[in-house]
Amino acid sequence: MAVGQESKECPLVSHGSLLLKVELRSNPETLCIVRNALGQLAQTLGFSETECRSVVLAVDEALTNIIRHAYQGKPEQPIELCCSRIQAARDGVLKPALEIVLEDRGAAVDAKKLCGRALDDVRSGGLGLHFMRESMDAVEFRRRWHRNQLRMVKLMHGAEPPEGS
Amino acid sequence: MMQISARHLDRTTILDVSGDIDLATSPELRKALLRELREMRIPRVVLNLKAVKYVDSSGVASLVEGLKASRDLGSRLILFGLNSAVREVLQLSKLLRIFEIAETEEQAVAP
Repeated sequence: MAVGQESKECPLVSHGSLLLKVELRSNPETLCIVRNALGQLAQTLGFSETECRSVVLAVDEALTNIIRHAYQGKPEQPIELCCSRIQAARDGVLKPALEIVLEDRGAAVDAKKLCGRALDDVRSGGLGLHFMRESMDAVEFRRRWHRNQLRMVKLMHGAEPPEGS
Repeated sequence: MMQISARHLDRTTILDVSGDIDLATSPELRKALLRELREMRIPRVVLNLKAVKYVDSSGVASLVEGLKASRDLGSRLILFGLNSAVREVLQLSKLLRIFEIAETEEQAVAP
């Protein structure tokens, strides 16, 4: 059952091909390693420099939320990250896209907290979800089999991977 | 990995920050900012972000805390050396306009 969903019409239409699968632990020190790997992956797929930064930011914010909220700062808890190349529909047209799925076994996501926050007040906190939604074309949360699953999709806007990649 | 070093001028502290500001490192930035503003009561704190390659929402939260402390104490927090990555994140948070931003260190420390 989906507990929260924010999508700009980007349903999964194929299982796609797996590009990267990583099992992580909920340690903040691992974030920089994931950022480097995701940046390289996005660049290899042909995303622009700005799009690469968006993908990296979204994944970093998602992992930060898992560490802080799902696991409440407890280290050494499992997180699974899968990246696949898929075909996703946008305006009725199939487009190649990068799909990123994160799974954790932490506390269930509170659907009431998935609305983000208004940005018109100056305060710290609550920005992570806003960054994820602004950076990606689709962001969906599900709770399945005692796991939180976050799926994010970034469409590839006609860019081709560099030669030799 | 992030590093912070402080340079003390007349009534101004410049904090040179390098590396990534994320969940792991932002508490250190927050601590450094609040030490200069609240404990040392420095009237002007300048944050040199030239060597910062990445900032996330927890980093933005630390900057906002520093800004609030400076406003409460009647002091100034000035940022300079923002690269594209840092500027994009501040723009995304809609908080870019609330910070005092200088283009160069000379501008930031000018009387």
